[in-house]
Amino acid sequence: MAEPIFMIALSPTMNEGVIAEWVAKEGQVLKSGDALCEVETDKATMAYESPVSGSLLKILQPAGSTAAVGQLIAVMGKAGEDWQATAAAHTGQAAPGAAASAAPSQAASAQVAPQAPATASTPSPVPSGSQPPSTQPAFPALGPVAMGAPEAPAYAESRIGGGNALPAGLPPSSPLARKLAKEKGVDLRSVRGSGPRGRVIARDIEAHAAAPGGYAGALSAAQAAAKPGSQAASPVPASSPASRLSAKGLRSERVPLSKMRSIIASRLSQSYSGSPHYFVRVAIDMERLLELRAAINAGRDKALSLNAFVMKLVAAALERHPVINASWEGDAIRYLPSADLGLAVALEGGLITPVVRSCELRGIEDIDGELGTLVAKARAGALKPEEYGGASFTISNLGSFGVEEFTAIINPPGSAILALGAVSKEAVVVGDDIVARRIMHATLSSDHRVIDGAQAAAFMAELKALFEEPARALM
Amino acid sequence: MAQLTYRDALNRAMDEEMARDPKVVLMGEEVAEYDGAYKVSRGLLAKYGPERVLDTPITELGFTGLGVGAAMVGLRPIVEWMTHNFALLAIDQVVNEAAKTRHMSGGQLSAPIVFRGPNGPAEYLSSQHSQALASYWAHIPGIRVVAPAFPADAYGLLKSAIRDPDPVVVLEAEMLYGFKGEVPDEEFLTPIGKAAVLREGSDITLVSFGKPVHMLLLAATELEKLGVQAEVIDLRSLRPLDEGTIMASVAKTKRAVVVDESWPAASMGSYVAQRISFERFDLLDAPVEFVSSEDVPMPYNHALELAVQPSVEKIVAAAKRALYLEESHG
Repeated sequence: MAEPIFMIALSPTMNEGVIAEWVAKEGQVLKSGDALCEVETDKATMAYESPVSGSLLKILQPAGSTAAVGQLIAVMGKAGEDWQATAAAHTGQAAPGAAASAAPSQAASAQVAPQAPATASTPSPVPSGSQPPSTQPAFPALGPVAMGAPEAPAYAESRIGGGNALPAGLPPSSPLARKLAKEKGVDLRSVRGSGPRGRVIARDIEAHAAAPGGYAGALSAAQAAAKPGSQAASPVPASSPASRLSAKGLRSERVPLSKMRSIIASRLSQSYSGSPHYFVRVAIDMERLLELRAAINAGRDKALSLNAFVMKLVAAALERHPVINASWEGDAIRYLPSADLGLAVALEGGLITPVVRSCELRGIEDIDGELGTLVAKARAGALKPEEYGGASFTISNLGSFGVEEFTAIINPPGSAILALGAVSKEAVVVGDDIVARRIMHATLSSDHRVIDGAQAAAFMAELKALFEEPARALM
Repeated sequence: MAQLTYRDALNRAMDEEMARDPKVVLMGEEVAEYDGAYKVSRGLLAKYGPERVLDTPITELGFTGLGVGAAMVGLRPIVEWMTHNFALLAIDQVVNEAAKTRHMSGGQLSAPIVFRGPNGPAEYLSSQHSQALASYWAHIPGIRVVAPAFPADAYGLLKSAIRDPDPVVVLEAEMLYGFKGEVPDEEFLTPIGKAAVLREGSDITLVSFGKPVHMLLLAATELEKLGVQAEVIDLRSLRPLDEGTIMASVAKTKRAVVVDESWPAASMGSYVAQRISFERFDLLDAPVEFVSSEDVPMPYNHALELAVQPSVEKIVAAAKRALYLEESHG
């Protein structure tokens, strides 16, 4: 096969050279050491002596053009030999050793005009002289590096500065642990490292792979066994769904979808992508309502839940704004006859919304009683479809977790969902004074196909007014 | 099989080789009339006469150069340095002459010469006479470097060194001269460039050469009490380095502790650690641990002298780090 002739580094700092003149002509027979061409380097104009003996079959970079070190500039061989295959095989390939002289500026110039290098296995004829030198990648062998040139300074900085910094998201890990994790299909990020500074080491991968519930589960189980009283100190009550979820230990486990999970996934995906959500927020002063609830609960054997009061007041607001209590039906909007209020209840592995029907017609005590029954059934997994289906409006209350506020995804067939945060004391201005008041942040997610912004705002203003002066609900 | 001291094993090697080959001569300070500063050459003057066993002046550069020249023209000299500390005076003859002879003559000349003497700290010898200078020699292409830790290897490696066609530096150890071990009665050669696995184990690889190899064996015994099976490798040759044995072991154990009684920087041990880190990167579960002497001139105070050197305790601690057996991590 014919010999490719590459631009070489004629000075130690040369990255590219301008071919000033071709001393040899195509077809000329040369001996090794004869001048091929004159090259202007960064320092001087120098003769490029032929590295081989043979005929100069083809000049690929004409006089005046610039060629990067490692770039193919000519093909030599026996007279009459085919030069095209050699040209095709070597176009875009760096000459051996050329990579060592790659400089940052070179990488940058390669980045300007990236081009997939022709590989030897898929040769394609290169039209002679048709490729301007500047469009050829100078160091295709360094392709990914060159393409990632902007990252190079960051690497350099990290070496100078925080040399111990690791890429974000990857835990420190031993090479063996990484190898084992790859072999076993374990996501390193899901493994708790037991080595110094949390380094994931081989035994962590092995423990992770061996424990059916994952390493975290095994660890927390071991800790629980070692410290029986430790759960009492937990900020979340042991019986809460959250603590049960975290105790389960789900690190790096592939869990097939439960029926519930797949229904949640399908319905909420459809809701969120299919209905245009927007959000209206208000901050509600809860002092009056909490005082009222305290007064009513005083002397009762069993306190009425705040959720029951909330549902009653939401129902009252819906009575005044029936546009919110509606359902999108594609070619029509159905305004629903009653406030059938769903309350999102967290379960292990999902959630469900038991529905208290016709809240607008019922008293708080009645609502609370039914809610208690439905929530208990929900947690026992005993709700019947008619007990959790068809909410005209839904309430999701994450206040018990201490969240300030959040947004919820609409639960069809309703067109709005109310997301309630925690009640907590905030500094508010009353008249000219700053006073501490118990405030709850409420966010309404609405389906804009059904409810316009002004309507949602009016509903939230009504709701705020009712919460802040619950006696209005009597009107 | 005879129990020989390390000193007598070296003596036997020289005696046999001098008997075998009349070109073998011994030269150095007090090697003849005094039977050697450490009595390694005891009896050789009486047996082979003053033409083959030569007392030299206290001029390391001079007699080392004399030996290199003699080697180039056909003798097989053994140059004894009283210690490697003094060999620093002769380093030009080793590095610029002996090591380059074959290469720069295009193979027309060679320097079949042995440079030998005690290397590394003994006791109470302070800064100038307690240096472990293995890397001075191991650094240089063109010479071979061996460091026997046991009498049998002292015998077998010195015989191989004397017969080698190129310069060989033998790193002995003053503290080992009196160490007794089994040496087979029949003649044998220990090949240069071949490490020895002294103890097989599956959990961690301990690597060293020369005197600290004995600490490795003690550390391995300590580790066994913790349920750890340590594999102990005695390099025996530093140049050429038997990487195959090291890498095969680390492939099995996934972790290594390299021990070198030299200072840490640019040392043989740091090189071995680097080679393991590179060649076995994907199999390592912990950084390669490296136990060296502290980076200070040797203190004269004996407690400090011991404290700055590798010890069994330091090696065990390093192994525990590599095995993640420490109670807590910083």
